[in-house]
Amino acid sequence: MDYTLLLIQVLNGLQLGVLLFLVASGLTLVFGILDFVNLAHGSIYMLGAFVCASLTYALDSYLLAVILALPIIGIIGYLFEVFLARPLYSRDHLDHVLGTFGAILVIDTIAHLIWGPAGIAIPLPNYLDGQIKISENIELPTFRVLIIIVGLLAAFGLLWLVNFTRLGMLIRAGASNRTMVSALGIDIRTLFAIVFAIGATLAGMAGMLIAPITEASLGMGNNVIITAFVVIIVGGIGSVKGALVAALLIGLIDTLGRAFLDDFFKIFMSAAAAENSAPAISSMSIYLIMALILSFKPNGLFPPKLR
Amino acid sequence: MKKVLAAIIFCNFMVSSAVSAEIKIGFVTTLTTPAAVIGEDMTNAVNLALEHLNGKAGSHKIEVVFGDDGFAPDTGKQVTDRLLKQDKVDIMAGYIWSHVLLASRKSVLDAGKILISSNAGPSQMASKLCHENFFSASWQNDQTPMAMGEVFNKVGIKSLYIMAPNYAAGKDMVAGIERTFKGQVVGKDLTKWGADAQLDFSAELAKAKVSGADGLFVFYPGAASGAFTKQYHQAGLKDLLPLYSVFTIDGISLPKLQAANFSGIVGSKVTQQWDPSLDNQANKKFVNDFKKQFGKYPSFYAAQSYDTINMIASAVTAVDGDMSDVAGLRSALKSANYNSVRGKYSYGNNNFPIQNFYLREVVEDSDGNWTTEVVDTVFKNHQDPFAADCKLK
Repeated sequence: MDYTLLLIQVLNGLQLGVLLFLVASGLTLVFGILDFVNLAHGSIYMLGAFVCASLTYALDSYLLAVILALPIIGIIGYLFEVFLARPLYSRDHLDHVLGTFGAILVIDTIAHLIWGPAGIAIPLPNYLDGQIKISENIELPTFRVLIIIVGLLAAFGLLWLVNFTRLGMLIRAGASNRTMVSALGIDIRTLFAIVFAIGATLAGMAGMLIAPITEASLGMGNNVIITAFVVIIVGGIGSVKGALVAALLIGLIDTLGRAFLDDFFKIFMSAAAAENSAPAISSMSIYLIMALILSFKPNGLFPPKLR
Repeated sequence: MKKVLAAIIFCNFMVSSAVSAEIKIGFVTTLTTPAAVIGEDMTNAVNLALEHLNGKAGSHKIEVVFGDDGFAPDTGKQVTDRLLKQDKVDIMAGYIWSHVLLASRKSVLDAGKILISSNAGPSQMASKLCHENFFSASWQNDQTPMAMGEVFNKVGIKSLYIMAPNYAAGKDMVAGIERTFKGQVVGKDLTKWGADAQLDFSAELAKAKVSGADGLFVFYPGAASGAFTKQYHQAGLKDLLPLYSVFTIDGISLPKLQAANFSGIVGSKVTQQWDPSLDNQANKKFVNDFKKQFGKYPSFYAAQSYDTINMIASAVTAVDGDMSDVAGLRSALKSANYNSVRGKYSYGNNNFPIQNFYLREVVEDSDGNWTTEVVDTVFKNHQDPFAADCKLK
C-alpha cells in the first residue's frame, strides 16, 4: 500500500466532505428547525456558483467576487423564505416537495436564460492556481487546500454559533419545541428567516468554492442535493454536529471508494471483473453506508433530543 | 436576428410551394442539462444547412422537428416515439449519446423508418445490431481512439493511464485505444456519467499522477471537458503526464478554455475524422458561414449535423420526395453522393463510413482564437473493426 497516495486521497475526501457539509448544514437546519423540506437548496448552490462567476469576470478578481456574492446569496435566500417557503410551512411535506421542486425548474430555467447552457469556467488568480508541496512527495492543488481550510472554518464557526451564542440557543430551542419558543415571546418568523438565509449563504459558498474546479453549470445543484440529503439523514436531521461528521464520512467513503475499490476487488476477482464492478459499487457505496447506519441508528448518528 | 430572418424565409417557402411533398425530419439532441451546449451547436448547424439548401431538397420542402433527450436514454426513447407517432416524421436523425441511440433504435427501425446517427457510433450497432435502415453520418466509437493509439505507437509512448465516463461510448473508447496501442495500460478509471455525472476528478488524477505512466488518455465530451481540463491544469500534471484526448478538446470547449486562459492546452493533439481546416469547397463554405452567424468555430458535432441534413437532402432528391420508397432512400444514402464537409467517403457493409482520420493540433488562428488544424493523416479510408460481425452484405 502506498501511504502517500492514501494520504492524498484522504485529503481529497476531506475536501469533498467539507463542501458537502456546507450544503448539508443549511438543509439540516431548515429541515430540523422549520420542518421544511427544501429541494431547491441545491438551486441556491448553483446560483452561488453563477453569481460568483459573473462577478469574477466583471471585477476581474475571484476573491472580491466571493466576498460580494455571499451577501447577495444571503438576500436571495431571505427572499426565498419570505415569498416561497413561508406560505408552505403550514402544509405537509408533500406540498413542500412539490413547491420547491417547482422552484428548481423555475430557477434552472432562469439560469439557462441568463447564463446560457454552456456553463462558465472561473479563472483563478495565479497564487491559487498552483500546487502546494506538503512534504517530499505530497503535492496538492493550492485551491483544494484552501477549500478544506475555508470549509472547516465555516463548519466550526457554525458549530460555535449554534452551541455558544444566544442566536444558536434560540435555534436549538426552535428545533426542540417550536411552539414553546414562540410562546416565550421570541419572534419565530424572523428567527426562521435568519436560519434560512444562513443556510442559503453556506450553500452558495459551497457553489462558489466548487465552481473554479468543475465550473458553474446548470443542474449542478441537483447532483449535490441527493448526496446532501443522505448526509443529513445519516447525521440526524436537525443536528449540525451530525451533519459535519456525516459529511466528512460520506466524502471520505466516496473518494476512497473511487480510488481504491478496484485494487481491492482485484485481490479476489479477475482484473476485468474488478474493473467493471468497481465503478458500479463505488457509486452506490454512500447509499450502502446510509442503509447500514440507519439499520443500527434509525434516527441517524446524532439525532437532536426532544423533538 | 439572422436566425429569425432565416426562419421567416423558411416559413415563406413552406407556404409558397404547396404542390410538392413536405419531408419531416425528426432530430433528437440534448437541449437541456449542461450538455445542451452540444445540442445548441448541432441545432445551429442544422439550421445553417437548411438555409444553404433554401429549406428544400430538390423541389421538396424539408422541415426539421427537434426533440430533447435530456441526456437520458429513457427520455430519448420517449421523445423518439413522440416524433414518430405524434409528429409523424419521415426520417429520424441526430443522437449525441450512444446509450440514448441504443435505447431509441428499435422504435425507429420497427416503424420501418430510416435512422441516421449524427454522432453516436456504439459498437453494438456496427456489429450484431447493424440494420439496413441505420446509417452513421459520423464514425464508429472505436475508430477515433484507434487512430490515437496509432499515434502513441509512432511517438513512442510505452505506458498509459486511461480515464473515461462509465457508459456505452466510454467503454468503446477504452476498447478502441487498447485495440491499437502496443504499450502497457497501467491504470484505468471509469467515472459516473449522465445528468448527475461526476465532475470532480481529484481521486482519479491523484492515482494517475503516481502511476508513472508516460501519458494520460481521456474521453470527456461536452461540459465535462472544461471541468476535466481545468483540474488537470490545477493538479500541475502538464509536465509530468502529457494529456491526450478524443472528443474532449473541441470547438465547444476551446472558447471557454481560452476565456479562462488555460494556455497549457495550445499544442495538444487530438484525432478526428473532420477539422475546420480541411481543404474542400463544402467545408470552407460551412466553416465561414458558421463563424459569421454564430461567432465561433463549429465543433465536429456541428459538422456531422450539417452533413446529416445534406445527406438526407441528397437521398430525398434521389427518390423525388417519395419517402415510402425506403429501398430507394437506402441505396441513395449508401452511395454517400453529397458534398460532405469531411471530403469524399464511402460506406461499409454495416453502413458506417470508411473514411480518413486526422491528427489535429490546437493552435491560435490569425484572429487570436484557439482552434485546431490538421498536422497529419493517421488512417486513410479506415473501416471500423466490427464490420465483419455485421450480417449485412
